[in-house]
Amino acid sequence: MSLIVPNQEEADADPVTRAWHQRPHWRIFLWTCVGVAVMSTARILSGNDDLTSSGTFGVALRTAAPIALAGLSGLVAERSGTINIGIEGMMVMGTIFAGWWGWEFGPWMAIVGGIIGGILGGLLMSVATTTFGVNHIVAGVAINLIAPGVARFMANELFSDVQGGSVTSSPGNSGDIGEFTVPILSGGDLFGWSSPNILEWLEDTGWFMIADVAGFLLGITSDVSWDVALTIGLFFAVAYLLWRTPLGLRLRFAGERPSAADSLGVNVHLMRYTGMAISGGLAGMGGAVLVLFANRYQEDQVAGRGFLGLATMIFGNWMPLGTAAGAGLFGYAQGITLRTNPGELVRALVLAAALGLLVVLAWMIYTQNWRAIVPMTAITLVTFWAYFAAQEPNNQLVFVTPYVVTLIAVSVGAQRLRPPAEEGIPWFKGMQ
Amino acid sequence: MTGRILRGLIAPVAAAVAAIIISSIALLLSGNDPVEAFREMWKTIDSTQSITIIINTAVPLYISGVAVAIGFKMNLFNIGSNGQYLLAALVAGWAGAEVSLPPFLHVPFIFLVAILVGGSWALIAGILNVTRNVNVVISTIMLNYIAIGLSAFLLSELFRDRENGGLVAQTKEIPASGQLPPLNALFEWFGFEFGEGVELFGFFPFAIALGVGYHILLNRSRFGYDLRLSGTNPEAALSSGVNPKKMVLITLFMSGAVAGMIGLPYLMADPTFLKYGDAFPTMLGFTGLGIALLGRNSPVGIAAAAIVWATIERATQRLGPIGVPPEIGRILQGSFLLAAVIAYEVVKRRNDAAAAAAAAQATQDERLASGTDSDGESSDGPAPSPTSPGGER
Repeated sequence: MSLIVPNQEEADADPVTRAWHQRPHWRIFLWTCVGVAVMSTARILSGNDDLTSSGTFGVALRTAAPIALAGLSGLVAERSGTINIGIEGMMVMGTIFAGWWGWEFGPWMAIVGGIIGGILGGLLMSVATTTFGVNHIVAGVAINLIAPGVARFMANELFSDVQGGSVTSSPGNSGDIGEFTVPILSGGDLFGWSSPNILEWLEDTGWFMIADVAGFLLGITSDVSWDVALTIGLFFAVAYLLWRTPLGLRLRFAGERPSAADSLGVNVHLMRYTGMAISGGLAGMGGAVLVLFANRYQEDQVAGRGFLGLATMIFGNWMPLGTAAGAGLFGYAQGITLRTNPGELVRALVLAAALGLLVVLAWMIYTQNWRAIVPMTAITLVTFWAYFAAQEPNNQLVFVTPYVVTLIAVSVGAQRLRPPAEEGIPWFKGMQ
Repeated sequence: MTGRILRGLIAPVAAAVAAIIISSIALLLSGNDPVEAFREMWKTIDSTQSITIIINTAVPLYISGVAVAIGFKMNLFNIGSNGQYLLAALVAGWAGAEVSLPPFLHVPFIFLVAILVGGSWALIAGILNVTRNVNVVISTIMLNYIAIGLSAFLLSELFRDRENGGLVAQTKEIPASGQLPPLNALFEWFGFEFGEGVELFGFFPFAIALGVGYHILLNRSRFGYDLRLSGTNPEAALSSGVNPKKMVLITLFMSGAVAGMIGLPYLMADPTFLKYGDAFPTMLGFTGLGIALLGRNSPVGIAAAAIVWATIERATQRLGPIGVPPEIGRILQGSFLLAAVIAYEVVKRRNDAAAAAAAAQATQDERLASGTDSDGESSDGPAPSPTSPGGER
């Protein structure tokens, strides 16, 4: 971590002498509370309980998982020095392999197949970027153009003559991967005893803030399918790998200072290949999660999630926790479009955004930060106007919600980003 | 001159060979006969009829390639040309059908609408980049999906033709004054024979003009120099007085403006379309990315790449009847693209290394001649130069 320049706030104030509400963890906690209060207010004012219901959060977790894996894929690639624009293509490779193996061998082999397909894509890209020094974005764009072609060719070979399959879709997975529910809190079974569901009771009360938090917790602890649980576990595994193991240090070294790494005996090319193999595997698993969700391979299933994942990683400042938070946000934005009556939900979300902007505006006035007060006021008013003036948006506009939310999030998100120092620069032995 | 051209052909030819080998392996694995398949595909270019269709297909692909090449030249990756052209084609198709103007105004009007819509949509990414430091790749791809949703919404709610039954979501047909007539008569006057019922669409000269304009802008203008310099050496560009933010805005607007024209050949010259609707081709922008990479961002290269791409697309249509999956065309295109990208890089590095070695040799000779080779400093050898990353994060 010594390579990471501390940000300004941490540098100019000693954590011990700072006021309690300025300490980093407290600040995160406080802003989370404000966020919950805003969502809760929006739920009560709009009368749309589905805004923070366990059902919505359950779907959001499901839709966040592939985006999160794509983000994690980008994180590993970029930490090891390769800008991976090809995540989208690697996810496509993941979907076709997962659709194939899921149909032939069952859901768990779908995950294995997806990972293998993604690794193939990752290694293919690494041949171009690492060995031949092709511009990383050019190589990534090429991968994104190739993968759908490969997928279509394979789908034609595998599924087009099979009952229930076609050139654009696999016949369906054989079997279901299964789900689990946390006992006592969320009503899961404990040795055959169906435990109480405390969170559901709390959610049903509708109390301000408490019902919303309960809805969130219930959503992410009940009926969680095993591939999603595995995704959450992978976040801890990758964080541990990158920051707590010698291999992780070398991987990051290859992205920060490849020449210095080389002078200390690290095989930079091997590290970049390893990083791209892991990255491809994670992206491919993201594709497998999509296949398991839809229960089959479908053409164009990925629909930009690789790029959404890349955005979560930038939003999360190349850190796992930030990436997970970004994936949660974008997953939520995508999840609500899958609920019944998504138009109403999007409208309630606009109200929540307007209330959130109002809080930020109040904070700016309180701290006498007048720098951006005029555009902020204008944006807040426009958002309120959008809520009151516009009718329920139709389906075509609801479809764009996750992309708009992503664009806004990366625009207003932290501007003090710190990418790995030498990512995206081809490196060869002997270079300075 | 011929030597330079021949050397320039080494990489694409090697890539083509690699692509044919990879596709043959894929064909063998799927139990088909590659020799028979390629022989059948080769027959595509046996008639003027076929070649005319190939050129018609290649024209939009060419425009698409030029659109992204403008950005690529300064390492500004406008991945969102797809959304830019869909939105521009929709609005231009609607506006072009609503107005009634004489032809000498109608045609420029449609062009202007398409250019403004495409350019403005790309400019959003530019503004977000210079004010909020948002990565252009991310913002253009998000704007892509937003454009898809927005154009579907606009088509079904506002711009659809309600008089003509209104069941199919499509705009009105562009009237004759806004159309570009086919060029058959012109070419037949030169003694060129077209096949039965085939038209060379009237957009062809505009594509040529676009290529010439692109070449002049890039290689013969101050702006083009600044653009290339910003791409290869941003620090040098900055110190020579180039405003990087202004360059980003102008370049993205131009890239989007050209992208806005991608759909125009279908809107104004293809008698099967002449309107924007559900049947309108939706992937031309993405394909253009590959075309620009294959053509190395040069106007002639992009033209060659567009023709090769269109030829493969047409050739694979012959495969169905002989029992070979036409999807092999996608493998052929994809492997050609990846092999070409790698081959270009290898050739470029080899040339750079040769140039560096020649320069080092020249310095050495100079020192020996003047007898000042006293410090014993040796050159570092032909270190390959790093290509500039597209990191505007």
